[in-house]
Amino acid sequence: MSERIITYAEAIREAIGQAMEADESVFMLGEDIGVYGGAFGVSGDLYHRFGEERVRDTPISELGIVGAAVGAALVGMKPIVEIQFSDFTAQAMDQIVNQAAKIHFMLGGELSVPMVLRAPSGSGTGAAAQHSQSLESWFAHVPGLKVVLPSSPADAKGLLLAALDDPNPVIVLEHKLLYKTSGHVPEEMYRTPIGVSNTVREGSDLTIVATGVMVSRSLEAAAQLASQGIEAAVIDVRTLSPLDMDPINASVAKTGRLMLVQEAPKHVGFMAEVAARVAEGPAIYSLTEPVTRLCGMDVPIPYAPQLEKAVVPQLDDIVEGAKSLMRGV
Amino acid sequence: MATITPLFAPEQGSISSNKEAASASLESLLAIRFFEEAVDGLFARGLMHGTMHLSIGQEAVATGVCAALRKTDFITSTHRGHSHCIAKGADLTRMMAELLAKQTGYCRGRGGSMHIADVETGNLGANGIVAGGIPIAAGAALAQKMQGKDNVVVSFFGDGATNEGAFHEALNLAAVWDLPVVFVCENNKYGMSFSTAKSMKVEKISERAAAYGFPGVTVDGNDVDAVFEVAKEAVDRARSGGGPTLIECLTYRHKGHSKSDKNLYRTKEEIEFWKTKDPVGIFETKVVESGQLTTEEVEQLTQKVRDAVRLAIQEATQAPDSDPGELLSSVFRQVG
Repeated sequence: MSERIITYAEAIREAIGQAMEADESVFMLGEDIGVYGGAFGVSGDLYHRFGEERVRDTPISELGIVGAAVGAALVGMKPIVEIQFSDFTAQAMDQIVNQAAKIHFMLGGELSVPMVLRAPSGSGTGAAAQHSQSLESWFAHVPGLKVVLPSSPADAKGLLLAALDDPNPVIVLEHKLLYKTSGHVPEEMYRTPIGVSNTVREGSDLTIVATGVMVSRSLEAAAQLASQGIEAAVIDVRTLSPLDMDPINASVAKTGRLMLVQEAPKHVGFMAEVAARVAEGPAIYSLTEPVTRLCGMDVPIPYAPQLEKAVVPQLDDIVEGAKSLMRGV
Repeated sequence: MATITPLFAPEQGSISSNKEAASASLESLLAIRFFEEAVDGLFARGLMHGTMHLSIGQEAVATGVCAALRKTDFITSTHRGHSHCIAKGADLTRMMAELLAKQTGYCRGRGGSMHIADVETGNLGANGIVAGGIPIAAGAALAQKMQGKDNVVVSFFGDGATNEGAFHEALNLAAVWDLPVVFVCENNKYGMSFSTAKSMKVEKISERAAAYGFPGVTVDGNDVDAVFEVAKEAVDRARSGGGPTLIECLTYRHKGHSKSDKNLYRTKEEIEFWKTKDPVGIFETKVVESGQLTTEEVEQLTQKVRDAVRLAIQEATQAPDSDPGELLSSVFRQVG
């Protein structure tokens, strides 16, 4: 049987459509998700399939939209909020951080907020500093939020369906450069478990841990490295909260070299957490070289294409970083 | 368990003109008053921890509004939320246990005074963030509509909340979606220390409803009958698909904002003036003068509520302390 190839955006749309068909309480709300089909085309024809009640266009009111989703989730609905750019979650932070994340714990456990918040993240589109950020560590730092970064079409569908099954708020940060990328995606409603890191390539020489668009970039780098005799393992963290360190520790025990790759700025970034956890456990004794972090520069994302490329790790940076790690720092 | 008679709306007419409704409302007013006086006392004696915001002087708002609601209707509440919680029918023992940091409290000791929710009575939670509950109320109302239910959601908030962006966004959403929600502003004249005279240019907060295209009304928030009348009309309209209403209840808190307040921003004369407009006293006098309740009945009721609050303290005090062992497993609802 031939494998069906669809895009990342189509995979997300398929997941939403299947969830809405299966469960009447699932609905979508967000800006321009109706007739327009979503700023990145993700909702597409869902409006025509499910109507304006369940694919609900909203005023430009991020705080109101997320708050409405929290309220609806408290009383039996399963809202999927689309925030047009992840940067705009800043407008809605009270509802995400002070309300959604805390209600289950703070109010004693009877209520919960089964809300999924999806937002396009990351740079590479020439949209500059307010439309290009990678804010995952903001969310990962808040107890009560699950944080998911799908890096492939198959994971985009499976993780979204798992998020919809979850009785807790899940932040799904999709990468805007991935929307048009394609891959094999099964047609059935399958779940990719939240809280399980994914070893996407085995390797014996070094361990590359990556998130989001850096996963495919690291895989490309690993292929180049292989042609030069270096075998890199690539691990996609996939869900930042809860974080599964097992495959990372196991791989480090084998390779002794660890390179952490993220698009977000380095300072207080998510990969610092991964490095710290390796350092806290027995895996640290396997390291033969210091841990390398390859991250975004600590600057706002600039507009000019050459500037924008300069501030986040590119393919060559990963290849060179790996080679330098192999040579010894 | 210590509860009071549930509030209800008389089939017709005002609350004070119906003996049972008047009696239930008086119980609610007294329960809020005595509960809060009790926690104020416990705090002063060092037996209660943290902080709290008392609604003494504002009891008629929660009472008049909740009398217009059904048990299946929902509310969202505020940092000054004991009154809403009690008026919607909460168990005084579980409330007291929460304030006393007990395992049997509504939040198992994790929330305290500012975060009590009671699923059983449709209380979706008090909120420590000013205006935080308003969009949540709109969302709960959206769910009622999508689920084909005729429940109404009331969002309580203070005057300060109406200067927050969340207020604007939520009222606009509720308007464009014709949601079954009633926005109840308790205007007690101060957002902590900052007076409404300085924090807004409009004379009446209810005027702000015009910006969203639905009715706004200002009412004497110390008069249970007046509050009930406008709340009933708004709730009925919301329930029948007529969309939201903004109700501004003019009232006053006798106590400070919270436990750190030295009342530097208002005069003794002002506080004394408002104490002459005490909602509990006004209602008591009204129901006795109208002949619905005798002085003796009022005394019996008063004793009954005092006993309920005393029982709540007793039961709560005997309960086990909240358990640190379950903290980590309580952050998320477990899957499956």
